[in-house]
Amino acid sequence: MTDRSSPILEMKGITKRFPGVLANDNVDFDVYPGEVHTLLGENGAGKSTLVKILYGLYPADEGEVLIDGEVVSLDSPTDAIEHGVGMIHQHFMLVPTLTVAENVSLGLKSSRGALTDLKAVSERILELSNEYGLDLDPSAVVWQLSVGERQRVEIIKALYRDARLLILDEPTAVLTPQEVDQLFVTLRKLTDDGRGLIFISHKLHEVLALSTRITVLRRGAVTGQIPVEGATRESLANMMVGRAVKLTPDKLPAEPGEIALKVQDLIVMGDRGVIAVDGLNLSVRRGEILGIAGVSGNGQRELAETIAGLRQSESGTIEVAGIDVTGARPRKIRDAGLAYVPEERMREGAIGDFTVWENLLLIDYSSPEYLRSGFFKFGAIKEHSQDLVDTFDIRTPSLETSCGSLSGGNIQKVIMARELSSSPTVLVASQPTRGVDIGAAEYIHRRLIDTRNELTDAEFIHAKLIEHRNACTAILMISEDLDEIFGLSDRVAVIYEGKIMGIVDPETATREEVGLMMAGITTTNA
Amino acid sequence: MTLNLTDQQRRIVAYSIPVLAVFAALLFGAIMLLLLGANPIEGYSEMFIGAFGSGDALIATILRATPLLFVGTGIVIAFRANVINIGAEGQMVLGGLFTVMAALYLPSMPSLIMIPLVLLAGVIGGGLWGFIPGWLKAYLKVNEILSTIMLNIVAVQLMSYLLRGPLIDPQEIERGTRIPQSARLPESSDLPMLFGSDRLHIGWLLAVLCAVATYYLLWRTPFGFRLRAVGLNEHAARYAGIPVRRTITMALTLSGALAGLAGAVLVAGSESHRMFSDGSTLGFTGGAGFNGIVAALLGGLHPLWTIASSLLFGGLIVGGQALQRAVQVPSALIVALNGLVVVFVVAADRYRTMLLTTDGRDQQIIDEGSMHGGEDATALGSVYDPAPKGTHSYDNEDL
Repeated sequence: MTDRSSPILEMKGITKRFPGVLANDNVDFDVYPGEVHTLLGENGAGKSTLVKILYGLYPADEGEVLIDGEVVSLDSPTDAIEHGVGMIHQHFMLVPTLTVAENVSLGLKSSRGALTDLKAVSERILELSNEYGLDLDPSAVVWQLSVGERQRVEIIKALYRDARLLILDEPTAVLTPQEVDQLFVTLRKLTDDGRGLIFISHKLHEVLALSTRITVLRRGAVTGQIPVEGATRESLANMMVGRAVKLTPDKLPAEPGEIALKVQDLIVMGDRGVIAVDGLNLSVRRGEILGIAGVSGNGQRELAETIAGLRQSESGTIEVAGIDVTGARPRKIRDAGLAYVPEERMREGAIGDFTVWENLLLIDYSSPEYLRSGFFKFGAIKEHSQDLVDTFDIRTPSLETSCGSLSGGNIQKVIMARELSSSPTVLVASQPTRGVDIGAAEYIHRRLIDTRNELTDAEFIHAKLIEHRNACTAILMISEDLDEIFGLSDRVAVIYEGKIMGIVDPETATREEVGLMMAGITTTNA
Repeated sequence: MTLNLTDQQRRIVAYSIPVLAVFAALLFGAIMLLLLGANPIEGYSEMFIGAFGSGDALIATILRATPLLFVGTGIVIAFRANVINIGAEGQMVLGGLFTVMAALYLPSMPSLIMIPLVLLAGVIGGGLWGFIPGWLKAYLKVNEILSTIMLNIVAVQLMSYLLRGPLIDPQEIERGTRIPQSARLPESSDLPMLFGSDRLHIGWLLAVLCAVATYYLLWRTPFGFRLRAVGLNEHAARYAGIPVRRTITMALTLSGALAGLAGAVLVAGSESHRMFSDGSTLGFTGGAGFNGIVAALLGGLHPLWTIASSLLFGGLIVGGQALQRAVQVPSALIVALNGLVVVFVVAADRYRTMLLTTDGRDQQIIDEGSMHGGEDATALGSVYDPAPKGTHSYDNEDL
């Protein structure tokens, strides 16, 4: 055991400004050996900025960084690595065509000069792997590894470089619950060794399970620094948002009507030419939300795209509102009553350089009510857009603002407003609140049915989904966020390798049960 | 750069940046003139007078600007759809050839019918030469930069073949001189002149009309909306149910059609009233198929600004010749000067877009990380990358 009384890292009075944004405001942060110090906060709260300063990616405008009690200047990741800082990125920085050992040795000096010393590297990887239960084969090629394994390669990379301070930026976002458990075992071994961990997450139950201390950031400033003892999900959410947050939305029991979306024996190839959707069957009734839970990459994307007509199926049928739309063009499927909120909002859902009103018009642009002898009737268009901006509480300086300059939550509301304005029979919503604040920097004042609520972006999107479900829309909601799945769905279907593993009732099913199904293990009662 | 400006002031500064860039380029050119031992002040004043200083100069400039504006407008359409049309040279040639054929083979008709018909033939010829690469790109994913350049080469050979063979002036055969040129086109196809001038034909008027119509097409009609949506984000357009492939094909076809019209006007408005070949496109187009791209870029890919930029480039070409004569500098300098203007304007454009977008008030905090797909896509990502295609955003700004 190393000396645990003096901190490995101290960051004092860190301030960082971006044009128009104070990203870090006089932030103090420290990490002691053997502890997991969590950074908690909404998108834009300044967590990533802080660790990027620590990793030498941004210079701080003010403040100083001390490692082992000495002021250091971190001008590049190389400096940071030299001082024992390692970072496990949210998106892995691995070369897929190289082996584990090759990836680990990338950028390092070889002991054999110009020649590689992969044998020595492999031995060290095996040592580390055994020591921390990482279970990695140094000669495996990275593209063949699962997401969880790739993450372990990243951890090995940092350990190989002798990192004493590890930054983990949302490490659990891509993992199944079981993989998360395994990761936590590894992380605890690392802290037992006296290493310090900085954990970034906004999954509150994980934060509570892993952390020693928690620092909460809001709008760039520290709003609280507390030991994990005595903290609860509610208290943390309150600190993040600055008020009480409702973590699961209220909803009335579903009153499902006739089947509006029916998928039968669907087989779809993925981009790499392997079967992504493998004989999948599902149906969604009007007035219910069917949640699709699963680890990303199990065919969700291909399923949604095929339903929307953006991808061709190999076989099987798709019916929207009783009309067979298998293989039809996207426009035709939309005409049959489908609306689609795609997964990647900036790539697929909105046009960043288009204004807010242009994005709202993206589907209805040739509707006769907006045209006079072939030319746009801007009056009618702007009026309609303004209505949508008001109804969906889209926070934008004006209708002429380019959509790309809005926050993620507001862009998502633009897309939701556009898709729901046609009162669709079926809505396919992929990751409706991914990257959207669960509690936000800006509040939303809005009267809903009979309550006066202050809602955050994510709460608002959830409320809208439920509102439309109550109004008899059939909603297929694909999400990796189990809180969202359990909170909103009337039925939960678990997808694994392109098949539905089973459908459970979110009222009675447990997370563990769903987690096992997400990993491909069938439970008897499913 | 945190200037405290009102919106109005910021906009004025922003729009004066391209003009300042032109001046900066001329300043740089002045150094080159000095190095060549010429007096830059004298040179530039000669240049200005040569381009805009007299009625004749102005007409010469306008005649030079006309094909630039047609082509530039077509380029605006293509580039706005994110289709890079490098084939305007070939499209102009096809337009010219179709015009020649229409004028020679159509039965004699009054000018009022004949002129629209020969121009339409040019539109069809250029449109065809745009449709081919457009279709290939949309349906077979053939890179349009390659295919349009290659079609330029095909167009030249087609021109040489036709003007040496089927379309050659019968008199050339009689005389045995065999110069590759067409017969004089019937007088009913001659473009009418403006203001009683003997050189200034209606081509410029037509080009301005096309530019204005294109502005309306792009920003006031569903077709233009679709086209710009496809150009800015093909994926989102497809997700919204927009027929992407058809739109791409149409964009390149229209772009080619306007270049074809440039070719038609060059033929029907030429002083010899015939088409001739010197074995390259340049002899016929004067390089307008390439310079039109530059005019469109300088005009911020906006058809109305392209009117101004085509006049500027027309003036640079005409004035450059005057400069060359006046201070005895090599013609290469004029080419270099044109190039400098382009480099300066394009380089300065970044500042203009920054001024129009780094507006703290408009800027909300952007998601850390996840949504913009990049590792460093924090607030920085959006602020410093306002125009991902390196093009412009005059869009709906009032002129």
